[in-house]
Amino acid sequence: MWERGILEVDVPILSQAANTDPNLEPMACQDPNGELRYLHTSPEFAMKRLLAAGSGDIYFLGKAFRGGESGRFHNPEFTLLEFYRIGLSYRDLMAEVANLVEIALEDRVLAIREISYRDAFRDALRINPHTATVAELAVAGGERGLSLDTLQRDQWLDLLMATTVCSRFPTNAITLIYDYPASQAALAEIDPRGGVALRFEAYVGALELANGYQELTDGQELTARLDSDKRCLLDQGQAPRPIDQRLIAAQCAGLPSCSGVAIGVDRLLMLATRAAHIDAVLAFPWARA
Amino acid sequence: MATYSTNEFKAGLKIILDGDPYSIVENEFVKPGKGQAFNRVRVRNLKTARVVEKTFKSGESVEAADVFEKDMQYLYKDGDFCHFMDMETFEQLPADAAAVGDAGKWLKEEDVCTLTLWNGVPLSVTPPNFVELAIAQTDPGVRGDTSGGGIKPATLETGAVVRVPLFLNANEVIRVDTRSGEYVSRVKS
Repeated sequence: MWERGILEVDVPILSQAANTDPNLEPMACQDPNGELRYLHTSPEFAMKRLLAAGSGDIYFLGKAFRGGESGRFHNPEFTLLEFYRIGLSYRDLMAEVANLVEIALEDRVLAIREISYRDAFRDALRINPHTATVAELAVAGGERGLSLDTLQRDQWLDLLMATTVCSRFPTNAITLIYDYPASQAALAEIDPRGGVALRFEAYVGALELANGYQELTDGQELTARLDSDKRCLLDQGQAPRPIDQRLIAAQCAGLPSCSGVAIGVDRLLMLATRAAHIDAVLAFPWARA
Repeated sequence: MATYSTNEFKAGLKIILDGDPYSIVENEFVKPGKGQAFNRVRVRNLKTARVVEKTFKSGESVEAADVFEKDMQYLYKDGDFCHFMDMETFEQLPADAAAVGDAGKWLKEEDVCTLTLWNGVPLSVTPPNFVELAIAQTDPGVRGDTSGGGIKPATLETGAVVRVPLFLNANEVIRVDTRSGEYVSRVKS
């Protein structure tokens, strides 16, 4: 970070706004007046406000919180390294992330491979994830012992990616998957020509380690996506979440063209220490905190 | 009807799937960073003992199975049923041949066994780890005869056949490990 002139920032963990992604469960706490503040699921919103205010390249190393996520690679309270690079494309950031992982795992010899989301699916399942229908995805899943009835298209893609596709990644390699389906863009730019989201993920072996974007800069588009999340929460019967109006205002004022990435530090430590379970790299895991 | 949500899943939890009682063997939480979370579980069918894999969307609910284990005393066998008694309430329960399974060859009256009950009905019977049974029949061993490896088959009072050292004779009582089916030692009376 020092070598690249990236400034460390410490942003608040609590906010009046909450992440609206329907697949994430933000946790809230209450102040003595009864006001709810939300623990951030990542420092993204606060960091984008700083970028819009002219901070230049920045990084955050600290805690994030995602409710209900516990398992061999998940702890509801976990550590993220998130950084933003102004003027760098997401494809160049991908290479930087691979370099960072290599440095962190210096005693391992790791190949680096870049492969598109579409090609990763074609290699593993011989289907095109951008055009396959739910029925076709269900058949592919069924052939691999995954028989669920009520999954929607993105849910099938998630399940197949997390089980069949990434289990085929070589163990001693950093696999960089890029160009996700537009429906899974979150806050990444969508390429108008190809209809894909300019988003990437980094895996070491089958373990998902980082998620990065060519960041969406347009304030109106941001508003539209957050509103779409809000409708989705409503449709699913989930409680409404306060939208981050300050982020919208900052982005409308002008977010510089940049790419950003979040890396799971606990998982990086698991790889570095060859730990079998995230509990091994936590002072006190969720159940004992 | 009691239910469990996927976030309560853990090894040993008893659930109903497709009408059968299952025990969770292993539970894995799977979630791609910003996508839908799933629970992949390996479950054992408590009727057939087969282990299968199932995947659930996180947040789904499954029916809880009223399955638990209880120590009961073996009383007697009547046709195809073995009868057991709750040692506190003195209530009796019949266990059919399917539930008794292999345990049948070790059962001696008054032995305390562990029964797995589903809705109060015996699903399986586990005999005590060690039982002491008399040898009903065995050929007399010839001292120094090592042609059979120093052991010979013996039929026990329950009908089980166990390999024992040559020096043992009928009516002697031996201790057997029911988990391996092997002779452990002679029991001095």
